[in-house]
Amino acid sequence: MTAPTTEKVATTPWTGQSLPRKEDERLLKAQGSFVDDEGMYRQGYAEFVRSPYAHARIVSIDVSAAEALAGVITTLIGDEVKAMTEPLFQFAPKEDGSQMNEYLLGVDIVRYQGEAVALVMAETREIARDAADLIEVEYEPLPVLLDGVAAAEPDSYVLHDSLGDNIAWKGLFDWGDIEWALEEADHVVKIDKLHFHRYSSTPIECNAILVNWDPGTDMIRVVSNNQFPMFGALVIGPSMGVGVDQFDFVSQDIGGGFGIKINSYTHIGVLALLSRKAGRPVKWTETRTEHHQSGGHGNERTFLDIEVPVMADGTMLGYKMRAFDDAGAYLHYEPLGAVIWSQVVPGPYKLKHVQVDYTETLTNKCPAVPNRGYSRMQHIWFLERVIDLVAQELELDPVEVRKLNYIQPEDYPYTTPNGCVYDSGDLPTALDMVLEMIDYEGAKQLKEERAGSGKRIGIGIGTTLDSGTNNFGQSRILNPELPFSGNGEACTALLDLYGEVMLKLGTNPQGQGHETTGSQVAADILGMSPENIRVWAGFDKSHSAYIGFSGTYASQFAVTGINAIIGAVEKLKAEIIEVAAHAFGAEQDQVELVDGEARIIGNPEAAIPFIGIANMVFANNSTLPHEMAERVSLTCRHVYVPKFELPDVEKKYGNLTLTYSSQTHAAVVEVDEETGKVQILDYAVVDDCGKRINPMVVDGQVHGATGLGIGAALREAFEYDEDGQLLNSNFLFYHAATATDVPNIKTDHIESPSPFSGTGAKGMGEGGGAPLHTISSAIQDALGPGKAIVSDSHNPPERVWRLLNWDGPADERGVSVASKGTTS
Amino acid sequence: MANAPGPVQDIEFTLNGDPVSRTASSRQLLVHFLRDDLGLRGPKIGCDTGHCGACTVNYNGKVIKSCMTLAVQADGAEIETVESLAGESGELDDLQESFRENHALQCGYCTSGVLMSSKFLLERNPKPTAEEIREGIQGNICRCTGYVNIVKAISAAAHGDKGLDLIERMNREHSQEVRG
Repeated sequence: MTAPTTEKVATTPWTGQSLPRKEDERLLKAQGSFVDDEGMYRQGYAEFVRSPYAHARIVSIDVSAAEALAGVITTLIGDEVKAMTEPLFQFAPKEDGSQMNEYLLGVDIVRYQGEAVALVMAETREIARDAADLIEVEYEPLPVLLDGVAAAEPDSYVLHDSLGDNIAWKGLFDWGDIEWALEEADHVVKIDKLHFHRYSSTPIECNAILVNWDPGTDMIRVVSNNQFPMFGALVIGPSMGVGVDQFDFVSQDIGGGFGIKINSYTHIGVLALLSRKAGRPVKWTETRTEHHQSGGHGNERTFLDIEVPVMADGTMLGYKMRAFDDAGAYLHYEPLGAVIWSQVVPGPYKLKHVQVDYTETLTNKCPAVPNRGYSRMQHIWFLERVIDLVAQELELDPVEVRKLNYIQPEDYPYTTPNGCVYDSGDLPTALDMVLEMIDYEGAKQLKEERAGSGKRIGIGIGTTLDSGTNNFGQSRILNPELPFSGNGEACTALLDLYGEVMLKLGTNPQGQGHETTGSQVAADILGMSPENIRVWAGFDKSHSAYIGFSGTYASQFAVTGINAIIGAVEKLKAEIIEVAAHAFGAEQDQVELVDGEARIIGNPEAAIPFIGIANMVFANNSTLPHEMAERVSLTCRHVYVPKFELPDVEKKYGNLTLTYSSQTHAAVVEVDEETGKVQILDYAVVDDCGKRINPMVVDGQVHGATGLGIGAALREAFEYDEDGQLLNSNFLFYHAATATDVPNIKTDHIESPSPFSGTGAKGMGEGGGAPLHTISSAIQDALGPGKAIVSDSHNPPERVWRLLNWDGPADERGVSVASKGTTS
Repeated sequence: MANAPGPVQDIEFTLNGDPVSRTASSRQLLVHFLRDDLGLRGPKIGCDTGHCGACTVNYNGKVIKSCMTLAVQADGAEIETVESLAGESGELDDLQESFRENHALQCGYCTSGVLMSSKFLLERNPKPTAEEIREGIQGNICRCTGYVNIVKAISAAAHGDKGLDLIERMNREHSQEVRG
């Protein structure tokens, strides 16, 4: 045995290791618990009746035949819901107070195909489906409005009479002096129109809700896969006239979310009403068709009249454009997206002068909801299209133009024109790395070799930002009266009666591995193995720590969730040390925690295992001073709160996000001239999310975001016909990317620690949609200068074929340059 | 008892090696029967149209989508679900372990189906290339992983390598594929 020293025991940190996940064993053995794996005694099954029309007046609903069917428990229709609830809370009513009236179930008018108008509850799933078919709804069709730009026209058909027009929100964002920049520039590149398409990450587990409004206690137990239940509670509680204290939200395993699963709160509300009416629990599992028609789509955005001032050397001064975001028929979480894009106003570039005339409109389509990359990826796709078109039209090298305009490593922390503070990064290095990974020079050579062969090569680059940890104060830019600001997350760290360490998080992950990464950071603080730390799987409002922002969304766990864990575990550590020091008769700074014991530093013989600490506090408390026994709980809750100030709502100026991860992507594609099919030959990503807590989990997130982005770029789109019928309401017609659609994705990383996040980590889960940027860029490269431009983010073979075969006049290409000294 | 209304039929089949004797509704899907009547959690429901593969099970030696099969078609069949993979004391089999080591699952919802398809693939083709693996799991949609680590995990289980050897072998395969 070695002689005692006063040195603390040094251990290799668990944080930063690629540990296999705690979650995996149960999921691999089908022992996870997803909503449909759960049941309640006497539960019935619900089925929705949904509108086949995109826009119609409900003339009558007859539930009598359904109610007469054996096994039917009860029904619920919109008029009943209207009688017992208030319209849902709206984020940004107009200045005169006018707003849309949306109830938990369709009332009077349906505004998109798939909008729910009635519910039936039966003893079995199949009886519920039979009964739903027996509910007779008479509709009177109304004109259909599908164009998100035309919807803003003053003479447009108005979807919501109480709103007065189809404008969900409208605002002018104006920073710097764009008119000066356009005057000053050597060239002004003008692009007529760019369009970011409508799609969704379509989680494989559709929405599912099991709810019991207990007649005895009046408590509403909601087992669901909603990924932001606190937001849901804040919206539906007032509508239903119930307190948030009545809700117990529960989830364990969630089969993917990607933001889309924020949207299920209206169904949670109406199913709770159904349960109350029946006096029994009710389960609902959404079908794939329901999910595609009404589960929520990502935002579609059109950019018009784009003007980009550029100096002779390729320096871009800024941009001016009009944006129209199509929110669909109702505002679910929207219009938050109308300000969230402004977290990344200049993207990765040093653009100083920006003017955006932003309009969010309402159409007869499924409501837009957050979808991985929410609102920022649409904007950065726009910027990446701009930089590639600037390079092409001015005959500049796309790599050099990027490097020239990038925010440079020495510029951080970098304040954007609207007051956001980019924390750290090294974009030029990331670009060099990713180009080497695809053998850029080799790819250029290949492009030359294949020219004229009918198989064109295109090389694409996409730089993106993933801003994480929102300052919810940005919502006040939409509506200064909104009582939201800041952000945060909660955690409880505790010792149980025999000294077991447990964490309870406010988050409800959908595969992001919080049990694993949370235990890694806690293990380092407590001096023990993550194996011996139990992280409560999932979320249960009745005992998990939470605040209003709790949930898993918006690239923030690595900051909010991890810091909440660190704070709670540090408090627990302090209590353990205080109790141990008392028992040792030592000073607290003489005590360390090693291997699940409190020890006198340097003396492993003087040790109290955690079971002994727990015993003193929980079951042997007369050994402690009375004051300590009452104060020390070994149940330590911490709320992490990032430091944010309120933005200036007039100037639309302020720091809107705490951290900025970056991803730089590069692709080599082959475009078949005969068919327009784009095949990815090589794909690489360099990720920079600061300090990586579990690199394997980070890489997994990069792969996932990349796979979804590639699918969206080439295969996946929600499209409506002229009657507002969704053409992609199942996986036959919605081409979710399969294993043969996604190539091997090479990944590498740099670490630019965030100075603001405490640990140096940055949120990175959303990924920023870079494959959309990159593949548009690669197709543009394959098309070559002087030809058609890639103006849509979705490029299936038929669109690419049309681009390849476009033969219009030069002034109809959709892009032009006005240069000083020449006339355009 | 059969959950769905309408005619019923008595069926007998083998499920994960054990005999099952039940009454099924004629209109009930096999996936609903396995989940709702027999209480299995392995087969998942993701699409209702046979595209996503979350409900994949092995039926008489071939993988099928159990949402495209009626429960009564199980009569006389041998059916294996993901529940059959782990050992008697619950230890992961080699394929499951490779999925864990290579982070081939995130939310875990598609995983049961992916495992069943992968197992079937490896039975027919014990040393598949990455391309063959991608084709073999084409009927299973995963939205979390971009398939990268799934392909890696199956390849590692087949070839018995890990770490840098695995990465280098897969990179070699990849570069042979892409630029010919």
